[in-house]
Amino acid sequence: MNEESKTYQNIICTFCGALCDDIEIKVKNNKIENIKNACAISRKKYEHAQKDRTVPQIKGKEVKYNKAVSAAAEILSSSRNPLIYGLSSTTAEAQKAAVELAEKCGANIDSTSSVCHGPGTLAKQLVGMVSATLGEVKNRSDMMIFWGANPVEAHPNHAKRYSILSQGMYRKNRKDREIIVFDVRKTPTAKLADHFFQVKPNSDFEILMALQMLVSGRTPTSEDGRIGGIELVKLKDLAEKMKKVKYGSVFYGMGLTMSRGKYMNTWAAMSLVRNLNDYGRFVMIPMRGHGNVAGSEITMAWQTGYPFAVNFSRNYPRYNPGEFSAVDLLARREVDAAFIIASDPAASLPHEAAEYLKKIPTIVLDPHWNLTTEIADVVIPSAVKGIGASGTVYRMDHVPLQLRKFLDDSWPDDASAVSRIGELIEND
Amino acid sequence: MIRLKNGIIYDPKNNKSAVKEDIWIKNEKIVSKPSAEEIESAKNQGSYQEIDLKEKIVMPGGVDIHAHIAGPKINTGRVLRPEDHRHDNVPKKGGLRSGVGSTVPTSYVTGYRYSLMGYTTVMEAAGPPMKARHIHEEFGGLPFIDKGFLVLSGNNYFVLKFIKEKNKKALKDYLAWLINVTGAFGLKVVNPGGVEAWKEGKRLRGIEEKGTHFNLSPREILLALAEANDELGLPHPVHIHTNDLGSPGNYKTTISTLDLLKDYRKHITHIQFSSYGLNEESKIKFVSAADQIAEKVNNDDKLTVDIGQIVFGEVTTMTADGILEYNLHKLTGSKWVNTDVEMETGSGIVPMNYKKKNLINGIQWAIGLELFLKIDDPWKVFLTTDHPNAGPFTAYPWIIKLLMSRDYRLKMISEMHNKLGNYTDIAELEREYSLDEIAVITRSGPARALGLANKGHIGVGADADITVYSRLESKDKIAEVFAHPEIVIKSGKIIVEDGKLVEKLREGKTLVARPDYDKNISEIIGEDFKNYYSISIENYPVSDSYFNNLEVIPCS
Ligand code: SF4
Ligand SMILES: [Zn+2]
Repeated sequence: MNEESKTYQNIICTFCGALCDDIEIKVKNNKIENIKNACAISRKKYEHAQKDRTVPQIKGKEVKYNKAVSAAAEILSSSRNPLIYGLSSTTAEAQKAAVELAEKCGANIDSTSSVCHGPGTLAKQLVGMVSATLGEVKNRSDMMIFWGANPVEAHPNHAKRYSILSQGMYRKNRKDREIIVFDVRKTPTAKLADHFFQVKPNSDFEILMALQMLVSGRTPTSEDGRIGGIELVKLKDLAEKMKKVKYGSVFYGMGLTMSRGKYMNTWAAMSLVRNLNDYGRFVMIPMRGHGNVAGSEITMAWQTGYPFAVNFSRNYPRYNPGEFSAVDLLARREVDAAFIIASDPAASLPHEAAEYLKKIPTIVLDPHWNLTTEIADVVIPSAVKGIGASGTVYRMDHVPLQLRKFLDDSWPDDASAVSRIGELIEND
Repeated sequence: MIRLKNGIIYDPKNNKSAVKEDIWIKNEKIVSKPSAEEIESAKNQGSYQEIDLKEKIVMPGGVDIHAHIAGPKINTGRVLRPEDHRHDNVPKKGGLRSGVGSTVPTSYVTGYRYSLMGYTTVMEAAGPPMKARHIHEEFGGLPFIDKGFLVLSGNNYFVLKFIKEKNKKALKDYLAWLINVTGAFGLKVVNPGGVEAWKEGKRLRGIEEKGTHFNLSPREILLALAEANDELGLPHPVHIHTNDLGSPGNYKTTISTLDLLKDYRKHITHIQFSSYGLNEESKIKFVSAADQIAEKVNNDDKLTVDIGQIVFGEVTTMTADGILEYNLHKLTGSKWVNTDVEMETGSGIVPMNYKKKNLINGIQWAIGLELFLKIDDPWKVFLTTDHPNAGPFTAYPWIIKLLMSRDYRLKMISEMHNKLGNYTDIAELEREYSLDEIAVITRSGPARALGLANKGHIGVGADADITVYSRLESKDKIAEVFAHPEIVIKSGKIIVEDGKLVEKLREGKTLVARPDYDKNISEIIGEDFKNYYSISIENYPVSDSYFNNLEVIPCS
């Protein structure tokens, strides 16, 4: 077989929450021949996408696909309190099917959100959030603040497409914007900034509260003239500037949401940004890591009313982060089976929680081998989304996009695997 | 084949008022009485069903012309307010999915509760084009009812640009393209110019002031959109949320808007929020201007309105009018969400609580009812609560009771602020709506205003969307009767029986318009799109894979 090569334009990269949609891919003989516009992370991921692919397995032995799927259905239907976890790297269609499955099994369902940006969502439930789509920031923002976020390394095309270096309508280029970075270390993003504020680890909350006071004309007290490692006079300057800009923006990352204080940090940032709208306009956007982590919150919310950490044991959705979040359920050893969808908790969850996964029947649905597939009782392979599988994904600013597959894959996609398991349980 | 016999029919469109007549249903439609052979053969095939309605009330399925039921705003409202749904749990039952309710219910529960109330068609009032795909995703999980959405266009970059350039053709082509690619039903205009101003950190008052990037006044935007809407022959007139909505004295802006658009078809939505007078002498500065607005409505034959009736209790306000939500946040101190959508629109959400004893809330409540009672022709005024802004849609039966019973109104008033009478004459109004009039404002009128020829009536050829209510034995029972219809038929299938949902999910239709346009428009907007949007134009259109059950409503 030797086909003509075909070029696909405006392909959506799903390897981070920025969902760049201008990737150009040349395909020949069902293989990627050439990639354009992709960042370094993306390029590497595309190149590896067809390697290290999973095969259906039960207890380490390769089996037929349908067998693995039936084994998964059996585990879930005989479990009293299962956990469905992951979701943030799969399509909205698969997330939808997962919620339905959770309802059917009376399961707990949670996404990786509860260990990354979940605290931000909790803060939002307290104060709300003033936000915008990325294009709005590109077009209007004259001051961009990156707080505990390092897009140059984590979302490499972000700067060029949406923020620091982008070409917008009213803000044409880098010179039209003031770039400010708050971080515990001088990151590559900080090197692009006009001002870098080095945060003493775990003092984001203090600094944000100080800024809030300064914005409202009060001066916080400090014995050494510093707050959280930063000179008070500099913060004062910044507060004045923040009040004068037309359309400020804050991009915040896990450096804020997961450092000490967690949701209180984001709460403080959200309150500050909110208050700044009494002067000019100011918005904030979370720098989400996984390609469709925003989608997992969105899909969970329209189906259950809640963004994550939902339990269906009473046949209706109940929400309680800390009680029904995966980390806590696993650490407290409350669940007796786990279905991991497109995520690698053995690598990302705290040791204790991951350790417990070894003790209970665990199913993993993932196109690639990872640490969790190694400890899984059942492995179900799937088509790689955005490459061999289509579907809906939501960008970090909740803009929905439709993935178009451009390669044929040997396996069905996540959505059909999850739905199939649901059907098998139904017909039980 | 279903035969409904012995029902007492209220079908104002076909001039039937309390007429006892058979209704015949075949497949999804209402048909004339089939021939004896046809009936015989249906009986033989076991597909014949006869239901004796025993003189119960029969109306077409309810039609809601304006509610926020799917998409980014309502969904952010859900995420924002766990406290709202915690105590309103809906377990899964048979084939019905679970969910939660209260002011921002999940999609399934929204479908259930509309159906259980006898409503079969609902228009989502405001969709940001760029997030239209999200709306359609939720529509796929919004069971039973037919639905569509109005696409936000009053602050859209290309709209403003083409108006500025006086390029009417491009404007029309663009709007038609936008409706097509987003899978929308019609055009929504929210605070035209004012949302762009909010993004630029400015404020516009009235409809004359200019000052945003394109230096256009709301007047110019409104006029161009009303004209384009008519020329495109869209089923529904341009659907307007006025400038200055919510501020005392805004009735003047509303009246200038109506004067401006006197030659065009238009629908002014939740007009209660746009009928506020200003009284400098009074401490609260706020007074009803329902008289002035009602008079305007009574004298304009190209105008329809819905009310946005205030309901006391918890609400979740949400609108594309970003600055309005900022103002509400400042007023109440409640949590506040704002989302600016590039090139297109803004939006905001603020939870609130309308209190019976609060004088201002009381006046707002009275203004809505005054309008209902002072607008003479029920075909011009429709029942809405701008769900979940002024109240949840589940309150409709109680609003019906307020309209049908002056005693009930007086009882409510007796529980409200004792100064209410200084600001509104609601207590003096004697009019009581008849069942025919209720049928108009809850189904026939909105269906006609939406341009849905097959809805809002039960004549031959109509969609078989039918609601059967118990007999109205006393006025005390009005709310119960309208809250719990006994039978609801949607597209010829029984979905509510004995007041309960059948335990099987059914998907309703998505209603869209598909106006024609010159395909060249995507080239014309291509350059700016590429430069100023953050996604590419190829990834913008909502593909057909999102529509399972589509009905295209023809343009004229
Ligand atoms: S920034 Fe993120 S979405 Fe964009 S190309 Fe890189 S990995 Fe992909
Ligand atoms: Zn509305």
